[in-house]
Order: sequence, then structure tokens, then C-alpha cells
Amino acid sequence: MDQFLQLTVAGLGTGMIYALAAVGFVIIYKASDVINFAQGDLLLFGTYLIFFSLVQIGLPWTAGVLLTMLVAAGIGVAVERTVLRPLIGEPIISMIMVTIGLSSVLRAVVHAIWGPQPRTFPSFLPEGEVMVGSAVVSADRLVAIPLALALLGGLALFFRRTRSGIAMRAIADDQQAALSMGISIPRVFATAWALAAATAAIGGIMLGNIVGVTPNVAQIGLRVFPVVILGGLDSIRGAVVGGAIIGLLEFYAGGYIGHGLNLIVPYIVLIIVLMVRPYGLFGREIIERV
Amino acid sequence: MGLRRVPAERVRLGLFAAALLVFPFLASPYWLNLANQIAIATIGALGLNILVGYTGQISLGQGAFMAVGAYTSALLTLRLGLPWGVSIAAACLATAAVGVFFGLPSLRLKGLYLAISTLAAQEIVEWVVTHWTALTGGVEAVVVPAPQLFGQRLNTDFGFYWLGIILAGGTALFTANLFRSRIGRSFVAVRDQDIAASVIGVNVFGTKLLAFATSSFFVGLAGALTAYYRNIISWERFTLETSVLYLAMIIVGGLGTIRGSLFGAALITLLPAMIATAGRELQQSAPAAAALLPSVQQAAFGLVIILFLVFEPEGLSKLWRNVKDYFYVWPFAYRRGEGR
Repeated sequence: MDQFLQLTVAGLGTGMIYALAAVGFVIIYKASDVINFAQGDLLLFGTYLIFFSLVQIGLPWTAGVLLTMLVAAGIGVAVERTVLRPLIGEPIISMIMVTIGLSSVLRAVVHAIWGPQPRTFPSFLPEGEVMVGSAVVSADRLVAIPLALALLGGLALFFRRTRSGIAMRAIADDQQAALSMGISIPRVFATAWALAAATAAIGGIMLGNIVGVTPNVAQIGLRVFPVVILGGLDSIRGAVVGGAIIGLLEFYAGGYIGHGLNLIVPYIVLIIVLMVRPYGLFGREIIERV
Repeated sequence: MGLRRVPAERVRLGLFAAALLVFPFLASPYWLNLANQIAIATIGALGLNILVGYTGQISLGQGAFMAVGAYTSALLTLRLGLPWGVSIAAACLATAAVGVFFGLPSLRLKGLYLAISTLAAQEIVEWVVTHWTALTGGVEAVVVPAPQLFGQRLNTDFGFYWLGIILAGGTALFTANLFRSRIGRSFVAVRDQDIAASVIGVNVFGTKLLAFATSSFFVGLAGALTAYYRNIISWERFTLETSVLYLAMIIVGGLGTIRGSLFGAALITLLPAMIATAGRELQQSAPAAAALLPSVQQAAFGLVIILFLVFEPEGLSKLWRNVKDYFYVWPFAYRRGEGR
């Protein structure tokens, strides 16, 4: 029972970070139909930016988080402007490859600036271990859960209540209709990238708190795919639920079965979902079947 | 129909073949090594191009398929003592079978969804290779016995060169002829418009699986050759990065062209090598700059992909055609239109 609780908390904590990465992916996909293979590298940037602002500049953590989000959003907009804009309407393979190229460039920039050695920054999530019932769980993962949920809730509010959020949904629904209502598509695409990069940066910050600042953070980018396929490519709710399920499955598989099975369980789920229900749990059923 | 249409093309092909024959007698081991890597990469890129460029099925599983080829051939020689020729052939067939298996999702999925399912295939094969320790040796490297021909070791740079160019040439010839045949044309029809293809009597499902099989066959060949050339294989050589590398080759070279596969394989192989050479020059004058070398290589790789996609999506083969067209009517400015 203790092990079950421990695995559940750890799984949910990790799952919420997956969700933060996946939400960015979903926002970009919803708005502009771009499959972003560089999502992990946006997380990586977040991790190193927070290290930069807390340790190298010495900002207090509130200012550091704010600066990280702003810079990340700036990077997102710059990427959209320079790389994605010229490729609107190109085939899927071009979109996939351009974001893969982008991921390579981003990783190289991080590597060039900060080097390969792992770093740490003073954690601002509570440290140590907490008793939940009779199980001992690490506090930072426990705190990560409500924090991420609050953020994702805020994002959901943004999509429902604000002008730009509604504009984004309009474009996802029908580009031509949105255009004729006077919505600027380029501006919405840029907002989408800024938002996606900023949420990924928050994911990166949490990840930096939990696992430290290392180049390996970028590998989480691949975990996004099982999450978004399970949840539905165009559903934010799906990203949260999918993140939680994949995180839990990973920890249960690792904890109860072992053999490194946690590494591929997400991909096995991915294949099963693709074969049975390709649009995922909450995605719109518009997928083109062969 | 001949392989080359006009005398100029035959002359160019002859010159290229002659250069290939003379090259190993003049080149240093360093360049021979690069040439061998390019030969292997060309085979792999041609294989991937059959699937992605000609049939339009995006695959991120190239690394996994190469791993199947490499491990099958290595283990058959090592454990069963089969001669290298036989085990390479067996490896190609085994990879084709695995390719068909992971191609099965293509019966239901296309485009993005298929790409993601091949990503899963890549991760699963990688996991099997690293965790099925009894068969593959797990994360340990596997040492492959040296191939011999007429009492000569074939895995020297010089010996392997001949094997490499013969097989690469053969693969190119096969691919060129494949797309003159009914089967090859049906691949292209499926890529361009699958519904129209099925209306004119192409069996779409069968064609896709055949494309996966043909493609994987050559990818497996590239993997098996890697095993014999390197003598040592480990799973790190066949990760998702390998898949990305090969996709970059065919994007940069030109999707759905044979010439492009060669150009792309050469560029993506030579680029990091050239940067490394430049880095060694810098080592003396600016050690700080030399330390940045890995980042520069990675950034250059990414930039090449992005720049080609933004400015010349049809890749190096289109640039080559532009150059040819320029000289065709030189010194006049008129250019032949598209449609060749």
C-alpha cells in the first residue's frame, strides 16, 4: 500500500510535468497544425533560463520565473516568425523535419552557452519528504501536482474567457471563418508559440527543481507523443488526463514489474491507442482513416 | 528505355564511374573512410527514400531497421558461423519482415499518425535490443568477425570500398529501375493520391506493405554493412538520432530522387567531418573555439535542414538541375521550364 501511494504521487508529479509539456504541443497543433518535435528543447531552455536567472544573475525566484517565462515566450515568437511562417501549407514531412532541425539548433545553443555538465539551482519548491498516510513521498513532486493543475486551469480559463483565447479557438475551428471575422492569423500563431514556450518553460522549471539542470531534460520531449495521442492531439483536457495516465503507468510499470519496462510502456500504449482510437480520449473525431 | 537519356548524361556517368575507380588509389585512409561511410549512407538513404520520398509514408524508424539488419547479420556470423555473404542476405530479409510488421499500422494510419507510430517502433526495437541480453548482449557492444574474400580481409578501408560502391551502385540501379516498373509507379500513385490510386486498380494496402518491405530490405543492408565495416556494433549507433540523420539526408538531397539520396548522404556525412577538421585547425590558435565544436556540429546540422526546407525544399538535386539548366543554354539567360 505504501509503495502504491509512493508510486502514485511520483507518477502523478511526473505526469503533470508531461502535461505541461504536452499542453504546449497541443496549443501549437490546435492553432497551426504544426507537430512540434522541439517541445522538449523548449523545456530544456526553461530549465537553463531559470538556472541563469537564479544562479548567474542572482534574482529572487519570483522574478526569475517571470523572466524565464518572458524570454521563453520571446523565443517562441522568434521561432514562429523565422522558421515556421515560411512553411505554412507545406507537407507534413517538412513540418516534422523543420521542428527536428529546430530542436537540434536549440540544443546546440544551450550546449554552447552552458556546457554539458549538470547544474543545480536553489530549489524553491519545498524539499525533503512528507508523510502521506503511511507512505513517504518527496515533497517537490507532491507540490508539483496542484501547481501544475492550477496553471493548466488558468490556461483553460484563458481559452474560455479572453479575447485572444477565443480567437485561437476560432482559428482552430475554421480558419476562413475566423479570417472573415477579422482575426489576424499570424498574430494568433505567434501567440500560440509564445504560450506554448512559456508553459514548456514552467515545466522545465519544475523539472529543474526535481531532477536538476542537465541536457537530459530535453528527452522528455519524446514522452509528449504518447501523452498527446492518448489524450487527443487537439485537446488540452486530454493533455492533462493523458499526462497523468502515462506518468502513473510509467511508475507502476517501473515499480511493480521493473526490467526498464517503464521506458516503453508509454509507446506500447501509444500503438494500442493508434490502432483502436487514433483520435484519443478527448480529441475530435476528424482523423482521416485509410 | 536506357538508363541515361542523352550523351551528356552517359559521359557524366562514365566520368563519375572512372573517378570512383581511381579514387581509392589516390585517397588517404581518412578520405577512404569517409567514402565508405557515404556508400553505406547512400544505401540507407535510398532505402528510406523508397518509403518516404516515393511512397509518401513517413518513417522515424530508420535507426531501428538498421539495428535489425546489423544485429541479425552480426549474430548469425558470430553465433552460427554463417559466411558473411549469407548472413547479410539473411539480415536484409529479416529487416524486410520487421519492416512489414511495423508497416502494419500504415493500413489504418497515415501522415502524422503513421510517423508517430514509427517513432514508437523505434523506441520498442531499441528497448528490445538493450534488454534482450541473452540474444544481443544488451548494452554491451558486439564484436563482429571480419569478412573475408579470396583470403583478403574486407573490412579494411580499401577492401570495403569495393564492396561499398558495388552494393551502393546496385541499390541505385535497382531503385532507378523499380520506379520504371508497374510496382514502382504504384508506389508513387499511392503517395500522390491514395484514393485515385485505388480507383485505377492499385492495391493500396499491398503496395504500402511492399514499400515497407523494399525499403527495409535496403535499410537492413546498410545496417549489416555498418556492422561489418565497424567490426563492433552497439545500440547507440541505431537510436532515433540515426533516423533523424537519414531523414535529413533525403530532405537535404531531395525527396523521391536517386541522385538526391547520394548528394544528401554525402553532405550529411561530410558536414560534421569538415567541421571537425576545421576545429582541429583551430585547436592551436583558439582552443576555446574548438571546445564549442560539438555544439557547432549540432547547430550546423539543424540549420542545414531548416535552410533547405525554407529556401530549397526540393533539395540538392534541384540545385544540381538548376546548375545543369544554366549551362545547357549558356551564355544565354533563358532557362528550360519546369517539368523535366
